[in-house]
Amino acid sequence: MTSTTASPPVRKPAVKRLGDRIFSGSALTAGTLILATLAAVAAFLVVQGFPALTADPDEISLFAGGNFWTYVAPLAFGTVWAAFLALLMAIPVSVGIALFISHYAPRRLAQALGYIIDLLAAVPSVVFGLWGANVLAPAIQPVYAWLTAHLGWFPLFAPPVSGTGRTLLTAAIVLAVMVLPVITALCRELFLQTPVLHEEAALALGATRWEMIRMAVLPFGRSGIVSASMLGLGRALGETMAVAMVLSASGGISFKVLTSANPGTIAANIALSFPEAFGLNVDALIATGLLLFAITLIINMIARWIVARRKEFSGAN
Amino acid sequence: MTQTAIPNVYATGQLSKPVPWLIFAGSLVIAFVSFGLLAAAGATDGLNVTGAVIVGALLFAVLLFLSSLFIEGSRRAKDRAITTLVSAAFLIALAPLISLVITVIVNGSARFDATFFTWSMRNIVGEGGGFLHAIVGTILMTLTAAVISVPIGLLTSIYLVEYGRGALARAITFLVDVMTGIPSIVAGLFAYALFAILFGPGTKIGLAGAVSLAVIMIPVVVRSSEDMLKVVPNELREAALALGVPRWLMILKVVLPTAIAGITTGIMLAVARVIGETAPLLIAAGFTNNMNYSLVEGRMQSLPVAVYNSYVSQGLEAQAYLDRAWAGALTLILVVMLLNIIARIIARYFAPQPGR
Repeated sequence: MTSTTASPPVRKPAVKRLGDRIFSGSALTAGTLILATLAAVAAFLVVQGFPALTADPDEISLFAGGNFWTYVAPLAFGTVWAAFLALLMAIPVSVGIALFISHYAPRRLAQALGYIIDLLAAVPSVVFGLWGANVLAPAIQPVYAWLTAHLGWFPLFAPPVSGTGRTLLTAAIVLAVMVLPVITALCRELFLQTPVLHEEAALALGATRWEMIRMAVLPFGRSGIVSASMLGLGRALGETMAVAMVLSASGGISFKVLTSANPGTIAANIALSFPEAFGLNVDALIATGLLLFAITLIINMIARWIVARRKEFSGAN
Repeated sequence: MTQTAIPNVYATGQLSKPVPWLIFAGSLVIAFVSFGLLAAAGATDGLNVTGAVIVGALLFAVLLFLSSLFIEGSRRAKDRAITTLVSAAFLIALAPLISLVITVIVNGSARFDATFFTWSMRNIVGEGGGFLHAIVGTILMTLTAAVISVPIGLLTSIYLVEYGRGALARAITFLVDVMTGIPSIVAGLFAYALFAILFGPGTKIGLAGAVSLAVIMIPVVVRSSEDMLKVVPNELREAALALGVPRWLMILKVVLPTAIAGITTGIMLAVARVIGETAPLLIAAGFTNNMNYSLVEGRMQSLPVAVYNSYVSQGLEAQAYLDRAWAGALTLILVVMLLNIIARIIARYFAPQPGR
């Protein structure tokens, strides 16, 4: 409705005023500057990270005898594994919250409840790290001990249990709390856009509220849930400080989530090793950062592409 | 005397309104009594409140489902079960927020005093000391980041809304969206790499921190200002153009003043977002215990990095370091919340009224 009148009236070849040219020129420059920044991020990371790939691996003490790929593989695994576990927990809860705010909560309360969830997004990651390491980890350790004792046959919960509770699962829980508001905010917007006629038609046919949601709201929001989850995934992959503070990483690839031998993540590893790094080690860390950049860039592009495609085809706007 | 209630045909086969609440209260009572008995028998040490609440909630979900299944039928029972699940999801999300806020306030208030805001950490090994150097660094770097990113972000959004057509505008919109997803640590690495190439390897200065924050901030500013400029009614633009006002003056005198409240809100939210960033500053600006007022010389501490540092490298008196970390966290949360609240108030009271 609003976008159809977006273009200004007839553009006849008017006099090019100096002010106009300066103004549109600077606006255009700023726009192009953003393209340049993104290109520069990639370029500088490549320039600084490349020496680590070509240099003799023995010169880089971080690699500990291996090469770049043996160094980065456990980190990449840990990054993806932690983010995956976080999303596994965050997606159902976020969709539930979004439904609660859009379709279950009293109308007057809905906006306030939305703000409360947004507050979660405003909490700095370092505070989440402090909370996860000092409050959540000790509180949840008994649960882990119980899980390994009684459900130890399940491969993920295999013993020995970590004594501190600072395991991969704790890190994943903190990550889940952090991506929750991201996914919730997008899903909520989408669910609110569901055509009211579809909802009313379902209710008029005698559907219960859940049946109405299953028939009208969820099909409408499905691609939105997918892209919101991917944006959340991008956030979880790149989250640094919370993981660095919560997870006690010791390297190695392991699917067990309750032991004290956890794989690190790329971002957390950079934050932990960078302050003491020197020479080629810095380049090696920057190269791992480049890998993280590439992974998140691809995931974000796919997510945005899904959102953009949905916008074109949905009749809601 | 023998008044029999007239059966209400519309209410048969339905749970009446207070029933779910009664079931809720009942299951909580059962859970607490049984956990209390366990505690009294010595099976658990003390009353396990969390466990009782969780068991009570599960009991409630099961009982409500069963009673609804037998009285109202399977469809309604499913509906009630989903309602319970969805409300539970909301409460689950609330739990970490409440726990976090309470612990930060309780632990943070121990050192939330005048010394904390007037001392730096220079030559401090145990108790005492404060984060003044970090607060100064945060203010300097965040302001510089805002000075860099607000003009670029605002002009870009003006380009996208007022001038941009075709492939370039679409590419910029897409890449701005993608840029929002850059991990903050990558922004820090970028700033580090940039300054390492310009000024030699190992350069960690406040300006580099500001640049990394600006990289994170620009896309946020663009997105929010773009949304705000789009809300400005087209009738205003058309009226101005019809009066013969040049396009740039129209933007400057009509569009921007109309949208200024929303733009301010967006900028404040962007500042709130970057003020808590730790990773890029750790990489690009380093950390120090000393005051540093110069953006172009020497390492610069910031509040989030100071919190991280005092947590990671606790000295001999670990509690003193932890207390400072929590006090720093409390300061950060207060600043971020304050920025958020002010931004929302501005958005609410100064928003342009939708044109008719």
